[in-house]
Amino acid sequence: MAQPALAYLDAASAAPLHPAARTVIESLLGDAWVDPAKLYAPARRERLLLDRSREAVAAIVGARTEEVAFVASGTEACHLGVTGVLAGRRRAGGTFVHSTIEHSAVLHAAQAHEAAGGTTVPVPVDRLGNVDVEAFAKAVGGGGVAAAALISASHEVGTVQDVASAAAACADARVPLIVDAAQSLGHADVPAGWSVLTGSARKWGGPAGVGLLVVRSGVRYEPPRLPAAEPSLMLVAAAAAALIAAHDAAAAEDARLRPLVDRIRATVAATVPDVEIVGDAEKRLPHLVTFSCLYVDGEALLHGLDRAGFAVSSGSSCTSDTLRPSHVLEAMGVLSHGNVRVSLHRETTEADVDRFLAVLPDLVARLREEAGVTGL
Amino acid sequence: MTPDEVLDCLGQRCPLPVIALARALPGLPVGGLLRVLADDPAAASDIPAWCRLRGQEFVGASRTDEGAPAFDVRRTG
Repeated sequence: MAQPALAYLDAASAAPLHPAARTVIESLLGDAWVDPAKLYAPARRERLLLDRSREAVAAIVGARTEEVAFVASGTEACHLGVTGVLAGRRRAGGTFVHSTIEHSAVLHAAQAHEAAGGTTVPVPVDRLGNVDVEAFAKAVGGGGVAAAALISASHEVGTVQDVASAAAACADARVPLIVDAAQSLGHADVPAGWSVLTGSARKWGGPAGVGLLVVRSGVRYEPPRLPAAEPSLMLVAAAAAALIAAHDAAAAEDARLRPLVDRIRATVAATVPDVEIVGDAEKRLPHLVTFSCLYVDGEALLHGLDRAGFAVSSGSSCTSDTLRPSHVLEAMGVLSHGNVRVSLHRETTEADVDRFLAVLPDLVARLREEAGVTGL
Repeated sequence: MTPDEVLDCLGQRCPLPVIALARALPGLPVGGLLRVLADDPAAASDIPAWCRLRGQEFVGASRTDEGAPAFDVRRTG
């Protein structure tokens, strides 16, 4: 039997390169090797293009051009954003408040802060992955808080966070709010009120190797002593083009993908016994859903789906290089084994989703039978 | 709290400890307490999640004298 063509359903890790980004890369490939720091005309043209890219991105995120910087990855943007504000605000205090469902890049920066003698206050989420905004507000108002972080929407379960309330609490307490918007940019609006915004180009259809770091003027941000490397102009310009395109199409894509995810949530619940569909059904990103299948080995499930022609991700410990379960699923108190995360993108068709839904129940049943747990 | 039965799942990778729990608990009388020893990192959140999905009571987590993670489950029905 012929191997089915692969349906790539892991946009939350990386989305396919947008044609607008490809066009920019192809057109600049021959010229963008010039060092933009020089005085001569080709260098000045590059700098102009870089400035235009920053302007375009600034307009979309609601910032000023000079507040926008491009770094080497979304992870680096989180590291720099958190570390830079904690350093700049050290006279205000040594406490860093953050949700328990931040991206691991933010959590690693928090751990580094603790290792250096700082304090962190993790704020819990409920079963659906919504941060406890009252606890968040209480924590940021606690005095001695250097910064707070709240992810705009969960990269693992899709639940959209109440950033507006968190931002209001931070404004009252005069604490800068860092918002990792990697999963929202290009898909959904991010509420105003953040002091630092981070993003990752490949999640919006830009190339890998470009992170976004936006720091409002007036925020006490201390850049690293040795400056971070900037990505090449070619990649930055491509990232900007992809964000413009994604932003323009966001409302239409929401209308197209949201019902497909609704269909996945409803159908998986109806056709797979003992499955926990995770995350807020309404207050969610349009394109992402995750579910956990009781008694099923996550790695075996991913391999089975791969053989059936589906590229998906998982929060199960056996599929992680740390061999720990997803901290997000842990924080929510939901089942983590047998976990599959599906995230759709511009090229996903209804037929892809239908085929996934047709394949999944039999695969799970077969894996359960092989493990001897049918009917357990 | 002394358990009625101890299930040693040390060294077992997820989802085996939860499967073992699901197989063993019906063998206890209602009200009986089962202690699962499991060092799999997922056990700490998956055992309480299983209890919630199956309507059983997650009593609590502790460590044995040897330092092994232990999870107590009471059969409710």
